[in-house]
Amino acid sequence: MARMATSRHVAVSTFAAWLVGFLIFFPILWMVLASFKTELDAFAIPPKFLFFHWTTENYATVQERSDYLHHALNSIIVAGGSTLIALLIAIPAAWSMAFSPTKRTKDVLLWMLSTKMMPPVGVLVPIYLIYRDFGLLDTLTGLVFILCLGNLPIVIWMLFTYFKEIPKDILEAARMDGATISRELVYVLTPMAVPGLASTLLLNFILAWNEAFWTLNLSTLQAAPLTVFIASYSSPEGLFWAKLSAASTLAIAPILVIGWFSQRQLVRGLTFGAVK
Amino acid sequence: MKNVHGALLGAAALLLSTPSLAQTTLTIATVNNGDMIRMQGLTSDFTSKNPDITVKWVTLEENVLRQRVTTDIATKGGQFDVLTIGTYEVPIWAKKNWLVPLDKLGADYDVADILPRIKDAVSVSGKLYAAPFYGESSMTMYRTDLFQKAGLTMPENPTWDFVISAAKKLTDKEAGVYGICLRGKAGWGENMAFLTAMANSYGARWFDEKWVPQFDKPEWKKTLATYVDLMKEAGPPGASSNGFNENLALFDAGKCAMWIDATVAASFVTNPKDSRVADKVGFALAPNTGLGKNANWLWAWNLAIPAGSKKVEAAEKFVAWATGKDYAKLVASKEGWANVPPGTRSSLYQNPDYLKVAPFAKLTLASIDAADPNKPTVQPVPYVGVQYAAIPEFQGIGTSVGQQFSAALSGSTSVDAALSAAQASTEREMKRAGYIK
Repeated sequence: MARMATSRHVAVSTFAAWLVGFLIFFPILWMVLASFKTELDAFAIPPKFLFFHWTTENYATVQERSDYLHHALNSIIVAGGSTLIALLIAIPAAWSMAFSPTKRTKDVLLWMLSTKMMPPVGVLVPIYLIYRDFGLLDTLTGLVFILCLGNLPIVIWMLFTYFKEIPKDILEAARMDGATISRELVYVLTPMAVPGLASTLLLNFILAWNEAFWTLNLSTLQAAPLTVFIASYSSPEGLFWAKLSAASTLAIAPILVIGWFSQRQLVRGLTFGAVK
Repeated sequence: MKNVHGALLGAAALLLSTPSLAQTTLTIATVNNGDMIRMQGLTSDFTSKNPDITVKWVTLEENVLRQRVTTDIATKGGQFDVLTIGTYEVPIWAKKNWLVPLDKLGADYDVADILPRIKDAVSVSGKLYAAPFYGESSMTMYRTDLFQKAGLTMPENPTWDFVISAAKKLTDKEAGVYGICLRGKAGWGENMAFLTAMANSYGARWFDEKWVPQFDKPEWKKTLATYVDLMKEAGPPGASSNGFNENLALFDAGKCAMWIDATVAASFVTNPKDSRVADKVGFALAPNTGLGKNANWLWAWNLAIPAGSKKVEAAEKFVAWATGKDYAKLVASKEGWANVPPGTRSSLYQNPDYLKVAPFAKLTLASIDAADPNKPTVQPVPYVGVQYAAIPEFQGIGTSVGQQFSAALSGSTSVDAALSAAQASTEREMKRAGYIK
């Protein structure tokens, strides 16, 4: 009897999990389906789910009109570069705050987070002027720099919470054995925080990949990443949903693949320290 | 053999002595509209005539483009050499000296051929500051089959009374056919473009001669109440989130008996590839109330050269190519006359080949002629612009008022409350900007 109740419970939970998963995934599925529709079918009321005239015309149009690879490569460089630099700065910062806190550490952390509360458009003109004067407009260096700065507070916060879970005694033991600070960071702390580092890296990469405000405003052609590529397919006059969906599907494809292969690390990292 | 060597040496010497052509790269910012995309496809014609110029395109969504080019031009960032801007921006930016006056477009450019209303909209003190690429007004598009079935005849210059009674008669909610589809999505370029033009026909205006907002006047109340009642009775469900594209999709799918919107829609709704009602569409002027103004607007997408550009000469060549008379012939030769950008040049409307494939051409021209950006309303106003007031503050004010009116349409607020809120917010902004005390 108890076994039956347990198996029923498992079945219900599994069904509920699949349902929630499907609901979360549905917008992406809808976008992928719309990318294979004609513009008229993409706008059809009532909407057509599977029974429509399937076409790859939108992908052909997108390929013909835009240089997808150029934008994708820029996205990889900008998201990857900003993430790596942010990690290089954030690891020592989070380490010092987690293991040698002062009475101002909490204030510093909150201050860093507060910079994320300001709408970016508030500093658009000063940043634009600085970029213009330093010749950073439409450069990959400029985009890497601004995205790194923008995501640094989140990276430091995430790493700080992961590092806090690591027992201080282990680091002290390493010090007792004569480890220098750099050896302690590289050979003791970092390997222990790999799941946390992996999820921080991935989350920051996704945030940088999707960032649309600065990438749209500070790039023109040379450094334009996939956000600019997508923005070119929306139109105030004319039907564009199918083409926009095709462009969006192409834009998220790399990040979906990376996410798929690293989901185990991501889940491990996000639940790191949750169970003692 | 000696001769061959000699010839090769001679050729090499000739190549070395030829001065290398300095390549100029033009960066052009534009919107993702069909005519602009077509222009991108035809760029090779321009570069083959101007081998020393390379063209690079930045295509962006309208609002993104507006923000992007405004930031760049205001800070003299110099990222673009040619900009695509609307008639709203031209007078404001020209007065700030942000644009290069276009008086060197060549002897064969034929400025006199540009439609007078459009030329007025892109000129300041008689000087052209942007070259119109395509122009539009708004008009009434209707289903000839449904009108015939209901025993109705659409006049060429309909009144609002006729349109309202026809919309009610043609509504068949059970069959999913609605008498009229109008813009309801909030935005200065969305519902407020339509409602400002409608208000003009009802004798309303945004501001009096002293810049005092006029939403507390009976003309605005009549406009908004008529619009909300009409849409409730004869409009599609969820109309408060419908903009141009949503209404285009509804009309194409046969859900609207009438649609009053941009003249550029005429080529979409008559295209059998996208529209299920392509052969059942008739055209008429936007409605009026007999006060001398029809509910139609005036808009053009134009090419302009920012004052910060260091490649003005090459940019002028490009602007002259893209907006000149020969461009229409080029498009026609490659993609047919139906795809020529409309609404900018008189010569197009005298071309029998174009008139043959564009049954809406006559109405488009009449609609453009009927909209005067310098005298947009029945009563006098201090601003230029038919469906907008060409002042920098209008984008913010227009969107805020648009949100109030969209809320009235969705039923979350009343017509009176929406008008009072619009009056209060506009007064506040105009005081803050120093127009009124």
